[in-house]
Amino acid sequence: MFPSETSCWFIRKVIWWRAAASIAWSVLLLPPTTAVFVILSKFSFLHPIQTVSDCLSLLMSANSIFSFILLGGVVIMVGFLILEYYTVIPTIACSKIALLGQLLHPRQVVNSLAHGLMGMIVGWCCAVTVGHRYETLGYPARSSDGHPQMCLNEYHLVFLLAGAFVGFSHSLLGVIHNINYVYFHTVQQYKYLHFKGSLPLVVKCSAIQAFYSMRNFIVVYFFLGYIPKTWICKTLTLHLDSSVHPLDSIAGLLDLSLLYHLWISATFLLFTWYITLLLFRIFVTEVYSFPVKSTFTDDSHQCLPKVLTDNQPMILKFLALQDLALLSKHSPSRRSEVFSLSQPGGHPHNWNTVSKECLALLADLTQRLVAYHETVATNGRAKSLSSGSERKTSSETSATSGTEDLMSPRPTFLMKTPASIFARSVARGPHSPLTSPFTSDLDSPFASPALRRLTAPVDQCSPWHGSIQSPHIMRRGPQLWSTSTESHANGSPPPSPASVPSPKQEPAKPSFLAQFLQNRKEQLPEASSQALFADSQAHIWALEALSYLVQASFTEDQFGVVQTTLPSILSSMLHLQEAVDRHFKLPHASSKPVRSTNSMEDFAFKTLRFALRATLKTSIYRITTTFGSHLNAVQMSGEHRKRLQQFLEFKE
Amino acid sequence: MCSLALFPPPLPPGQTTLCESNNELLSGANNSEDAQDSGPLSLHFPRESLKLHSRTESSSKAAFLDHSETLWMRSAAAWRDGGFTGLLNEVTTSHAEVPKWLSVTSGCILALLRWVSSFHGSLYPHVTLSSEDMIAEFSQVLNWHDCVVRAFAWHPHTDKFAVALLDDSIKIYNPKSAISPTLKHRLQRNVAAVQWKPLCASALAVACQNCVLVWNVDPCSLSTRPSSGCAQVLSHPGHSPVTSIAWSPSGSLLVSASPLDTAMMVWDVAAESCVPLQRVGGGGVTFLSWSPDGSHILACTPSALFRVWETRMWTCERWPCIKGRCQSGCWSPDGSRLLFTVQGEMVIYALTFSGSPGVPPSMVKGPQTAVVVADLSETTFNGPDGDIIVGGEIQSLSWDPRGERLAVLLKGDPQAANRPAIIAVFKTRANPIFELLPCGFVQGELGAEARLMEFHPNFQHGALLTVCWSSGKITHIPFYFLSSGVSHVDLSRSPPLPHPHERPADFANQSLFTELIS
Repeated sequence: MFPSETSCWFIRKVIWWRAAASIAWSVLLLPPTTAVFVILSKFSFLHPIQTVSDCLSLLMSANSIFSFILLGGVVIMVGFLILEYYTVIPTIACSKIALLGQLLHPRQVVNSLAHGLMGMIVGWCCAVTVGHRYETLGYPARSSDGHPQMCLNEYHLVFLLAGAFVGFSHSLLGVIHNINYVYFHTVQQYKYLHFKGSLPLVVKCSAIQAFYSMRNFIVVYFFLGYIPKTWICKTLTLHLDSSVHPLDSIAGLLDLSLLYHLWISATFLLFTWYITLLLFRIFVTEVYSFPVKSTFTDDSHQCLPKVLTDNQPMILKFLALQDLALLSKHSPSRRSEVFSLSQPGGHPHNWNTVSKECLALLADLTQRLVAYHETVATNGRAKSLSSGSERKTSSETSATSGTEDLMSPRPTFLMKTPASIFARSVARGPHSPLTSPFTSDLDSPFASPALRRLTAPVDQCSPWHGSIQSPHIMRRGPQLWSTSTESHANGSPPPSPASVPSPKQEPAKPSFLAQFLQNRKEQLPEASSQALFADSQAHIWALEALSYLVQASFTEDQFGVVQTTLPSILSSMLHLQEAVDRHFKLPHASSKPVRSTNSMEDFAFKTLRFALRATLKTSIYRITTTFGSHLNAVQMSGEHRKRLQQFLEFKE
Repeated sequence: MCSLALFPPPLPPGQTTLCESNNELLSGANNSEDAQDSGPLSLHFPRESLKLHSRTESSSKAAFLDHSETLWMRSAAAWRDGGFTGLLNEVTTSHAEVPKWLSVTSGCILALLRWVSSFHGSLYPHVTLSSEDMIAEFSQVLNWHDCVVRAFAWHPHTDKFAVALLDDSIKIYNPKSAISPTLKHRLQRNVAAVQWKPLCASALAVACQNCVLVWNVDPCSLSTRPSSGCAQVLSHPGHSPVTSIAWSPSGSLLVSASPLDTAMMVWDVAAESCVPLQRVGGGGVTFLSWSPDGSHILACTPSALFRVWETRMWTCERWPCIKGRCQSGCWSPDGSRLLFTVQGEMVIYALTFSGSPGVPPSMVKGPQTAVVVADLSETTFNGPDGDIIVGGEIQSLSWDPRGERLAVLLKGDPQAANRPAIIAVFKTRANPIFELLPCGFVQGELGAEARLMEFHPNFQHGALLTVCWSSGKITHIPFYFLSSGVSHVDLSRSPPLPHPHERPADFANQSLFTELIS
């Protein structure tokens, strides 16, 4: 089930406990939330005292205790779903098609259905709690000819459906807004203070989200409400009371008290779920202090240098890098352990491992950026050469091939993820995040190679889809887009990227669907840049850790262990600086996304590239201001020396 | 404890302070030729040269708003400009067009809101001030309203500086280049503070009336008017006017404060995201100062309370004052000592923080009380032209980056002729006990009062105090001295300040500097 034994301990001992604590807290927070909900739903200005006594008696009743247990179960379930689906690297859909693929991914469909079901349960609880006319599904009435019969209580049905709708749409919007993305804040706060600070935002955005969900629900119910109504009536042999207004009419829906109760119930539902999410995020991103050196060999796999090199659970790597960045900033005693020599032998193993891992991260990003830039540059030239019609044909080629692939669903569980440093192994545990940097659409059932190249960011806009494809791009392909070598269910060997577009080259005729797909795929131009930097939080920490450690080494490094790696650190930072500079000269790279403050989604991943750029510069400056003219003694290439001189003179 | 009575008497009128050398302040006769050749960085901004806009916020609105717009348009505009109260105001004033019940209702709500806010105002009197008055009240600049130079900032690593002027423009001067870029932005109004980002060549944060602007001024660019596209706008609803900003010494975070917002914003500038750090009490945050080692932030509030935040887990200590609000404060270079002044009192207090790194922040015990280290009560000096009274309340404090000189800007009394605003400079000594020793008064030309001062962050031969005068002049007063030892090369703090030149060995050849300038 788990990728490796070494990382297993972390999931078992830390992440599960943190998740359990967060779920426990959200269950504990349920009674006060429910009390507020009850008061708000029952409040009447004219009889304030009666309201209070009503609420108290309701909260003590057996009925409410049962619904409370149900609500607790729902919250626990939501917590488990969050634990199951959370990710530290956001899934960025580079096109609308990829987004659609994400939404229709079986895993996601299960998630959405579960949320819909739980929403319905919460809706039932709300209906029972609010009471009065909402309480039961059926009520006895007399038909027109005087016979007693059970009639359908449409108000109750509306509550159930509204709950399901809100739950379902919450889950769908979660995919679009990357709500499962767990972001590590730069400002560390204690859990309680962090929670307290975020609480107003949660209230605000659950109220707003509930408002929009209700609006959408009412529109849907107005047009399609008769379907569930007749179905329920048929299956439960209930009758429709002709004396009351049907609710899927304008007059029926203009019931202000009904709308208020629906809205407050939806707010309650979203609030409890958002609180669970918030608590999970706060608990799971809490700093974990790894020992730098262990006294016992049994624990050696838990040491920072060992953990850093593990790629397996991404959360472990991220927490290790965060810890490394913090220790390099704040803690001289732990820094001295990093600079220390091994006993016996006198090798700086800790520093070597740490610096090697950080440099590997930086090198990986540099390589990615360079490769991306090369493809974009090649495409730009190619585009200007190719005529419009040619481009159209080729795009249709891929589009049609893509649509054909749509017909044959692929088994997703055999899919391989890319061989990048952030790769996940074949056997992905349920706790590994859904995707990795460049494979936003990889997990989708439509992730055939053809569609992937259709929907993947920029290089897919190339007209050279056929045999004339430049070998240059193709060679780059695997590294860049990490086009996973997808093995099919029958176990056939993965096709090489070059062979992918071969079979269907001649389009029969341009189809409407192809053009539609072609249009859709170019809609999110900025996303490719975002996807490129999706995991850059790790790089930011690596840069910070390296620069702070190098700065501290100026006074603290007694054995000179850092000096040996200083040239390579500087050169890799300068390489990255070059690559980042070039990337930001591309169109769309430097355009800022629009921020909205009233949402639970974390926008951090959209601006990670700016944060990386700023951190990179600051890191280089940190080293140059510390070492000053001593850097002239460091060996490096002439170009880098020139660049470094610019930094020394503060001209960057 | 040091008092002003121990100071050498102020200079007679007509004499200006030039520099400190051999432990005494040298003065010179005031003639304009001297002022001209005192260096390329000595600037003069005559008030007449600035194109001031004579408008105020409220007057222009009536003049330019097109009254023929429909009610809906005006309401939308009022909502955009003035929020809910603006909308209510608009609805109430245009009773001819709206139904009577609506205008009456909105009038009632408006009255209720005003009543509530007046109640709030009686708790925190500063909320009734207009935003310009509020900036003037809480700014570190003396008489901010009609000060030609409204803010000044040295770059932390190079010899360039930024000057914010009365006409809301910012000029950047660099002795190494002939180009001095002028920064103007639509939102750059009523600049209260500017600060350069540490460990960066180009970023300049500007505290404006409604937002914080972060300019990116490319040092290699030849443009004299960088476009407003070079500026990032950081704004948060309810966070205005911004009166103080502070960059973290590591250059990663920016905090901003507004007297109307109880939350202090911690900005991740690159991501343009902020974390509000809210604490009840105080009614707002007026002044921020980040300690040079990055471990603490001083946050003053408009009421008799200030906080010292610890920046690792962002918790704070509350420090209630007895008399008034904390007006100004500054940190020693190693971040272990905080000097502050309180409005209404004429003394300087000191707080010591013994944060040994490695110990978790919760374990570090802060000091229990602040100690008075200097008494600046009014002292009369007998001069040839009559008595001069020096002393009184303190406008701002500034400590040089080596921790050897402390400049104190005394408010004086604008009404009384013999009580000018004056800068008193102390020598500070940390060992064996912390004490302030008198150094002297810094005076400018006749009729020029000091408004604003700042020490150069890395002056090689001692300390360099830059003073902006009421006449619009900016002068630099060097203090030549030998650093008194290794007190500031303190290995225990983290992270160490980037002062690569501050080795004792580097000072071996500096003994001649005191003779060079005589």
